Formats: sequence, C-alpha cells, structure tokens
Amino acid sequence: MAEIDMKNIVKKYGDGFPAVNDVSIDVQDGEFMILVGPSGCGKSTLLRMIVGLEDITSGEMVIGGKVVNDLAPRERNLAMVFQNYALYPHLTVYENIAFPLRLAKASDAEVDEKVRAAAATLELEEHLERKPGNLSGGQRQRVAMGRAIVREADAFLFDEPLSNLDAKLRGQMRTEIARLQKKLGITTVYVTHDQTEAMTLGHRVAVLKRGLLQQLATPRELYEQPGNLFVAGFIGSPPMNFLPATVEGTSVKLPFGSVEIPAEKAEKAAGKGLLIAGIRPEHFEDAAVKEGASGSASTFRAPVDVVEWLGNETYAYIPFEAPPEVEQQLRQLERDLDGEVLHTQLVVSLDGKSQIAEGEEAEIWVDGTQIHLFDPTTGENLTVDRERAGRIPEGAETVSAS
Amino acid sequence: MAAKNQTRNKIGTWVGFIFILVWCLLPVVWIMSLSLKGPGETAAGSAQFLPKSPTLQNYRDILGIGTVTPGQENTHADFLDALRNSFGIAAIATFLAVIFATLAAYAIARLDFKGKRLVLSLALAIAMFPVVALVGPLFDLWRTLGLFNTWPGLIIPYMSFTLPLAIWTLSAFFREIPWEMEQAAQVDGATSWQAFRKVIVPLAAPGVFTAAILTFFFAWNEFVLAISLTSTTASRTVPAQLSFFVGPDPFNPPYGLLAAASVVVTVPIIIIVLLFQRKIVAGLTSGAVKG
Repeated sequence: MAEIDMKNIVKKYGDGFPAVNDVSIDVQDGEFMILVGPSGCGKSTLLRMIVGLEDITSGEMVIGGKVVNDLAPRERNLAMVFQNYALYPHLTVYENIAFPLRLAKASDAEVDEKVRAAAATLELEEHLERKPGNLSGGQRQRVAMGRAIVREADAFLFDEPLSNLDAKLRGQMRTEIARLQKKLGITTVYVTHDQTEAMTLGHRVAVLKRGLLQQLATPRELYEQPGNLFVAGFIGSPPMNFLPATVEGTSVKLPFGSVEIPAEKAEKAAGKGLLIAGIRPEHFEDAAVKEGASGSASTFRAPVDVVEWLGNETYAYIPFEAPPEVEQQLRQLERDLDGEVLHTQLVVSLDGKSQIAEGEEAEIWVDGTQIHLFDPTTGENLTVDRERAGRIPEGAETVSAS
Repeated sequence: MAAKNQTRNKIGTWVGFIFILVWCLLPVVWIMSLSLKGPGETAAGSAQFLPKSPTLQNYRDILGIGTVTPGQENTHADFLDALRNSFGIAAIATFLAVIFATLAAYAIARLDFKGKRLVLSLALAIAMFPVVALVGPLFDLWRTLGLFNTWPGLIIPYMSFTLPLAIWTLSAFFREIPWEMEQAAQVDGATSWQAFRKVIVPLAAPGVFTAAILTFFFAWNEFVLAISLTSTTASRTVPAQLSFFVGPDPFNPPYGLLAAASVVVTVPIIIIVLLFQRKIVAGLTSGAVKG
C-alpha cells in the first residue's frame, strides 16, 4: 500500500521532444487512477516511468514517501500488467504466477499457498498446469493479473490491459478488474485510450494530450465540467456537439436558432464574440415528446438528415455549416482525438418514443443549463464551474499548440 | 480435371522426392556397403554395389574387438584415441563457443553501443576468411606458444571460426523475443542477469541448440587444421587420423577399413541430430504475447 506522487515529471527523448511535459499527479493510497488520452499523449511513458522502465528526465517520483527516481524496477515493489501480457511461454501457468515469489526466494509451501489463492481469486485453478500458449486471450489476461496480485506489491500498474480482447470479454474483464481492485484495496494506476474504461473504472481520471495534463478529476466532474474543448470532446460517447455560437444577453445564438441560458453563464461569456458551444447529445430532446417544451424559448427547428432508432433512444443527425475559424478549430480538435471530421453535424439523442423521420424538419428542445461555452482560440471552457471540475492545470487550455 | 491434376501433382512430388533421396543417400549407402566388404573384394576393383560375402571384420579391426586382421594391430588403438580427441575437442569448443556467442548476441540484440555494426561485420569477415590461409601462421604461433599438438591448439581456432555464425544465429533469435518479457521479469523482481538466465535463455533455447549443433559439426568434421596442427594421436581427431590408415600395401589403401571408420564417426552426428531435433522447435515463444 502506498501513494504515488508525481511532481513535475518531464520525459524528453534524444531529439528533445517532450513526451511527458511537467505532469503532476498525486495518486492516493488505495485509489484507482486512470491515465487516459489518445495515442501519443504520453500516458504509457508516464506509467513506465512509475515502474522504472523509463528514465525520468526531470521531476520527482515519490512512492510511499520515498523518491524512486534512481531505483531499478525490482526495487520499487510494483506489479504491472502489460498490454500483451508478457507471460513466460516456457513456464506453466503455475510457474508464471509463482515467478515473482521464486525470485523473492519464498519457500515452496508459501509459493504453493499464494499461487493457489491467487488462482482461486481469478478462477484459474484448472489451468495451472497448462502453458500460456494453450490459453485463450481472457485466460492469459487473468494469468498476467495473477502474477501481479500474488506478491504484496505497493501498487498495481495496468498498461492498456484490455485492448487485445474482443468487445464482450473486455466488458467482463473490466468489471473483474474493478471488483479485484475494490477487494484488494490497492493503489492502482491504469492506462487506457478508451474513455468508457476511464469513466467506469476510475476513482479519478487524468486526461493527457501531447504530454500535457489537461484535467485531473472524477469521471463525473470530467463529464459535467470539462475544462476545455479537448476534454469535452474526449469524454462521452457519442461525443459532445460543438456549434458556433454568439452570446446576446441571456440567449445563445446557434446555427439553428437562439436558446436561453442561465444568466451567470451568459455573464462569463459576454462580449467574447464568436464562441464554440458544447452540448451533449442527451441534452437535446424531441419537443413533441418533452412536456411543455414545444414553443418554449429553448427550442429550434432543424432538418433531420439521418435517424438511427435503437429502441430505448434515437440518434438524429442534423448537418450544419460552421464559419471557417470555428471549423478549423473543430478539425484540429478531431485530429487531436485521433478521429476525422467528414462534415460538421449535430448528433442528438432523443427519446425512443420520438416519431421524427429522416428528411423532416423537427422541433428540438435544448437544455440550456447544460450548455458549455468554449473560447475558440484557446479552447478554454468559459462556463466551467471550477469548484466542481477537479484540477485543471495552467497552460492546458491551449488546444492547437502545434 | 482437378482430380487428374492432383494425381499428376502427387506423382511429380514423389518422383522429385525419390530423386533427392537417392541423390543424397546413395553415397552413404555406398560407404556402408563398402564397410562390409573384405580387403579381397575392395582390392580386386570389383564394381558390384552389394558385398558378395558381408563381413564385420573392418569394424572389429578399428574398434579392436575379437581377432584383428594381421598388420592392423595398432589401428584400433589409434582410432579410439582419435575418437576420444574428436569428442573432447568438439564438445569443449562447442560449449565455449555457445557461451560466448550467447552473451555477445544478447548484447548485440539488446544494447545500443558504438561499434555494434563493426562487431557484426568483423564477425562476418572472420566467417568468410579462408581457413587454409591461416594454417601456416597458426602452425608457427602454436609451436612458439607450446600449443602445437594439444587440445587447446584445436579448440581455440574451432571456437573462433564458429563464433561468428553462432553470434548471427543467436542474435536473430534474441531479437525475436519481445522486450516486454524481460521488462516483466524486471518488474517481477529479477535482476538483469536473472531476467537473462531465467527468461531470455530458455526462450532462445532453439537458437542455442542450433548454434551448438552447427559448432559441433564444424569441429567434428574439420580436417585442414586437424592435420596441420597435430603430430600424434595425443590430439589428432578422427578426420585427420583416417588419412593415416594406409595398411601394409601402399598401392592398396584399406578402403573397407576407411569406410567402416566413416560409418562409426557418422553415428554420433546422427544421434545428436535426432536428439536435438525436438529441441529445435520453432514457435516456442507462441503464447508469450497476444497470438
């Protein structure tokens, strides 16, 4: 058991490129911390610096009150699950799990007891004598976890452990990891690029982009109070909609019409000219379904391009034209998120009862209290409630830094 | 149509198969048949393939079992000495070459150091160097150093000439082993040496065995150095010793005896190949990573 304190960690490679740039994250004892971000954001590098497989250029890594910058991996007493499991193919499952104990020169009786206990936890008893090559992906994953839990490590580190599994198994293993962490109550750092894993597993989530920490907060805080455009676009599926907007009084002018927003939000964004409004798909509704919405100040009429009916809900797609400066920003954002914009469109999630048909013009209601307004040049969320947004480091808001 | 093509393919495969088999094994069968012929038959210049009256006398002569043909009383003692030399020298040269090659190959595969290319190209250059060109200098050097006609006198050059091939083979194997294996071992609490010994070497076992077999074959079969750097049966190996089988009549070499000796020295090679064949299984690393 230990807390992990990263203080101003920097990792520069030979060419001077900072893969991790001045990142400070404090992981509490027993906390499940997620490092999330698109590929190349430095999350794996950060994890490898915690475990000692990567040198730290500058900054301090403190584990359990001890600076470990210059300690070898074996002296840090951490357990890690690798992305491709890294099982020892020449050893049986039993010996794979027993490997750390054998290195620690544990007695045979102790090894046997601990391996069997770990195997029981992970339901691997019947596979103990098999070789990793004969196991399925999920079983290998469990062996890798067995090897991690068998010794009393100070913390668990996971490097995208579920990315090699198929979708169904991934869901099961995700629950399994959450249950295991809860049961053992051990400090855990978990790297993933999957925002669903980040949201469901983590006590707190650190969102990284190009080596910079963007926001460190609980999943709920990230979802409800994203610090900037990047976090807002990264967290949530389907992603948040971004629309060009201008604030006039207490109403926001969107491409389809004006929507009323709370006065305090309008005040923060007043006089800033052209902004980007961020609205999550579920904060829209079919005005015909929502009681008392039709004809109110928070509705607009728009032509629906495509409708996807899923039973419990309906996704409707509404294309719009964005002014060039906003569109450029949105394209950059999409690149940062490893995606590709084909055309600017609004995705709205409607009630399953909605009768809107493709090609029709529909009346859509917007929850004005849930609208976020972003500065198009810096990407900063102007309407963020900093009290409930965790930690947003300075300098994280410059979106298109490159 | 398809069926006809298939049968034709099958016939073609078998014809090719038999042709290659005959091409490769005919000399071996010829040697075996020769080893069973008496001196009368080989001296007469007979052309028949199978011996008229098969005899094991040649084997008795070289191994010294039972009654020995008059005039060949010392042959078996020399042959057995040479056999012992061959085994000892080949085994020690193989052992040392594999150890050095494993360490060198690991460093080449894993570490980034200056002159890595130089080491590799130098190793290749040594492998290409004609052995014969070194016989003269080595002869002088070994006589001065007192290594002439000793086991180390043969072990050192054998080791040097097989190291390059062993290093290249092994570094290819090491490169195949995922880095994560070693990193996982280090996180699990292993020192670099423990990670190497407990994880990397077992995984590279097929490569180690391949390198060992190649080295052993070279040392076992080598002739030029063996005949030039030895003078007595204290260190002469079998291939060199065979050239001293002359028999009583200089115009009639004891073909049967030579053939029998050849068969005897081939047997260990065949046994080794059969033994290690199972160890040289590709895909030992399957299951290490996502498969």
